[in-house]
Amino acid sequence: MSKVVVVTSGKGGVGKTTSSAAIGTGLALSGFKTVIIDFDIGLRNLDLIMGCERRVVYDFVNVIKGESNLNQSLIKDKRVDNLYVLPASQTRDKDALTKEGVQTVLDNLREMEFDFIICDSPAGIETGAIMALYFADEAIITTNPEVSSVRDSDRILGMLSSKSLRAEQGLEPVREHLLLTRYDPSRVNRGDMLSVEDVEEILAIPLLGVIPESQAVLKASNSGEPVILDDESDAGKAYRDAVDRLLGKEVDFRFLTEEKKGLLSRLFGA
Amino acid sequence: MSLLDYFRQSKPEATAKQAKERLQIIVAHERNQRNGPDYLPDLQRDILEVIKKYVAVEQDDVKVSLDNRSEELSVLELNITLPDNR
Repeated sequence: MSKVVVVTSGKGGVGKTTSSAAIGTGLALSGFKTVIIDFDIGLRNLDLIMGCERRVVYDFVNVIKGESNLNQSLIKDKRVDNLYVLPASQTRDKDALTKEGVQTVLDNLREMEFDFIICDSPAGIETGAIMALYFADEAIITTNPEVSSVRDSDRILGMLSSKSLRAEQGLEPVREHLLLTRYDPSRVNRGDMLSVEDVEEILAIPLLGVIPESQAVLKASNSGEPVILDDESDAGKAYRDAVDRLLGKEVDFRFLTEEKKGLLSRLFGA
Repeated sequence: MSLLDYFRQSKPEATAKQAKERLQIIVAHERNQRNGPDYLPDLQRDILEVIKKYVAVEQDDVKVSLDNRSEELSVLELNITLPDNR
């Protein structure tokens, strides 16, 4: 049975698309047939992060409108087996997404026996964000250790418990996971940044992963390679751990403490 | 920044603590509102306007909450803090 996972946050720029790309790729690497859907209609970006921007012919809205079939619109990843991307449309039509339309596409993906359907939500709490979370079985709340991001995440948690299909039908609630991104242990030590424990305490949802602030993330987006494929980097490793936890494995948290720097690296900033 | 400044630098305020405290308050406040009906903020504003005609009160002095006790009984609670010197 397919699991629908929304990657959401409320606030923009916290790493939803980076996380969708990394986690989707990680699930496929673990052998699960996975599709990542870009719900950010009008501001398509998942294709760039996944490095498939030149291969977009038909998109999500084309499928909903019946202008293409799903197979024509799905882009198969060239690096990882079992991984597909359904790009967003660049239309400015705000009402391009409908519940019925999204439902049909999800049903078709279920028929194609996808194990995971990752919904990359747009920022905000408008139609696109609601559509992305409406059908979710699980939600990954991407949050930066910063006041506005935490507050917006809490707003989204409220939406999940009132506006989702599961809430409307009184089913088992959407399973929520906290993904803390851009974490900087040295700033936490100095008292300049909210700690993992602070954010956990405020949002009160289980922790899926902590992604350290990392140069690798920008490099990955520059080259269109999901950062999880960079298995040398801390961020890549942290995303692998998060994927394992999503799959139910117990994994110790890493990168939560400050790296001790030697005198030489302090001086030369290595 | 001179070398002297470096040594003179006092330990900076731990702003993360402030962030946490502010968040706890605003998040608790917003969660409360979330559970109420959509008209509650408007109702609160209107009530505030009426009271303001007679007494000088601030936004924070009027608290409106709806408590759903059971299927048949909901209690609309109105808590107004009046100023000391009328």
